[in-house]
Amino acid sequence: MKKMITTIVAEQAKIGENCWSIWLQAPGIADNVQPGQFVHVKLNQGEKLLPRPLSVSEADRERNALRLIYAVVGKGTKDLSRMKEGESLRILSPLGNGFEIDETASKSLIVGGGMGIPPLLELARRIPGKKEIYLGYSATPFLLEEFEKEDAQTHVSTDDGCYGYCGTVIERMNQDKALGDIIYSCGPRPMLKALSAWAKERKIPAQVSLEERMACGIGACLVCTCKIAMEKEDGWHHRRVCADGPVFWSREVVWND
Amino acid sequence: MTETVHKRPDLTVEMAGVTFKNPVMTASGTFGSGKEYGEYVDLNQLGAVVVKGVSLTPWKGNPTPRVAETYGGMLNAVGLQNPGVDAFIENDLPFLRQYDTRIIVNVSGKSIEEYCRVVEKLAVTEVDMLELNISCPNIKEGGITFGTDAKMAASVVKEAKKYASQPLMVKLSPNVTDITEIAKAVESEGADAVSLINTLLGMAIDIHHKKPLLGNIMGGLSGPAIKPVALRMVYQVCRTVNIPVVGMGGIISGEDAVEFILAGATGVAVGTANFMNPCATVEVLDGLESYMISQGFSSIEEVQEAMKI
Repeated sequence: MKKMITTIVAEQAKIGENCWSIWLQAPGIADNVQPGQFVHVKLNQGEKLLPRPLSVSEADRERNALRLIYAVVGKGTKDLSRMKEGESLRILSPLGNGFEIDETASKSLIVGGGMGIPPLLELARRIPGKKEIYLGYSATPFLLEEFEKEDAQTHVSTDDGCYGYCGTVIERMNQDKALGDIIYSCGPRPMLKALSAWAKERKIPAQVSLEERMACGIGACLVCTCKIAMEKEDGWHHRRVCADGPVFWSREVVWND
Repeated sequence: MTETVHKRPDLTVEMAGVTFKNPVMTASGTFGSGKEYGEYVDLNQLGAVVVKGVSLTPWKGNPTPRVAETYGGMLNAVGLQNPGVDAFIENDLPFLRQYDTRIIVNVSGKSIEEYCRVVEKLAVTEVDMLELNISCPNIKEGGITFGTDAKMAASVVKEAKKYASQPLMVKLSPNVTDITEIAKAVESEGADAVSLINTLLGMAIDIHHKKPLLGNIMGGLSGPAIKPVALRMVYQVCRTVNIPVVGMGGIISGEDAVEFILAGATGVAVGTANFMNPCATVEVLDGLESYMISQGFSSIEEVQEAMKI
């Protein structure tokens, strides 16, 4: 029977402007995590009741540890950033459906934006064959060192031009005339929407990892829904980002809200 | 050496002729139809699973964001998204029937006719009890309009009773001036039990983007923040009606459940706590049993009668 497990903070570090990295000792979990899955992190006390869904950035099977990268956006994540090594944290894990890796692709494109970049690190490691990575940041990049260790070309773009190409990832991809057999992506919704159109034009199948505010994280409360196309009714239905996603095929997502 | 042997207390309760193995239930809308939570808790341990509201036809619910956290609580505006009663009977009910727990189905509608047709469809199924939802604050028509007017509440209960083969519990809204008036009205038309409280209508605003945090603008407040209000209303209703009361609103521990039972509730439902911890229901049950053992209570009825005023 699944349960909420207690993990121990192994390492906590600030790795960028408002960007934090936490390693959790999570025996029995690191082995089972698929790239794109998330953990539901419950802070121990306080006025915030709901766990925080955070994607898994790295799963270290040897150390039985999970790495989560997060931005401090409110009280909950602020409390998380104050947790020290040795302190305990309860998590539900692993949750959701991760990326479906196409082992037959001769070249894969990995496209990330902002806080959508972290889960693509574990993904990049597990994708066999040729791959190209496009990362878009608003300003100073983070996690770049880790991505550059991968056997792939990594292209960086920034909104303010402080690093790499000045512009969006899509503009950068256009400049490079990027192509591949499949796209894996995670990032802010406007980026995913633009990427979805980009992929459709080029007839490249794309998997996108969506984000939505959650409560239970396991598919019961129907809070984190997204619109997914279907043939009957009005042409779409609500699917749960936590349990049916967070990764969906971009062609199935109804982008115009 | 003598050893004190604590006899396990009798946790069974009876409501409208239905026996429950213990008073701990799930609050509708927080537990789906039990499937997802079945991976975390043994559903056989629960007094009842109260499933998410079902309506005559599938409902798509409200736009996202549907949730916002507030101090000690949360707002939701799901809007009763559900696949409809036929899909529920076909897909969810057989799953629940595998477990030794009572099944209470929350019935939602936009008109008296719709409530009645759902009740009628459920009448021939293996469901133990119905919970008439006249208190959802998140849908525009029906729902709460029946729950905030004593005459409307009475009429929907009167009509639904004609089609019901199972006992009918009515879920009451706290968004009224005097909840006892509504409780009396539904009792007089044959309600077999009442459950309270549904969520309190609330709101939260994102000051940076200067817009409401919920897509629906307003939503229902739940969680520990509302417990004192819920407890007060349960206490008032218990002193007003002669039918059993299921109390809920911010229960996250066995001690919270005890408060509601001392206030007079026969059953207690765990809602928002499930989101904080999927094992919350059984932890509440364990806490309640420990309390009864430590206080020497042998039955729930004894706890219900123990409050000193």
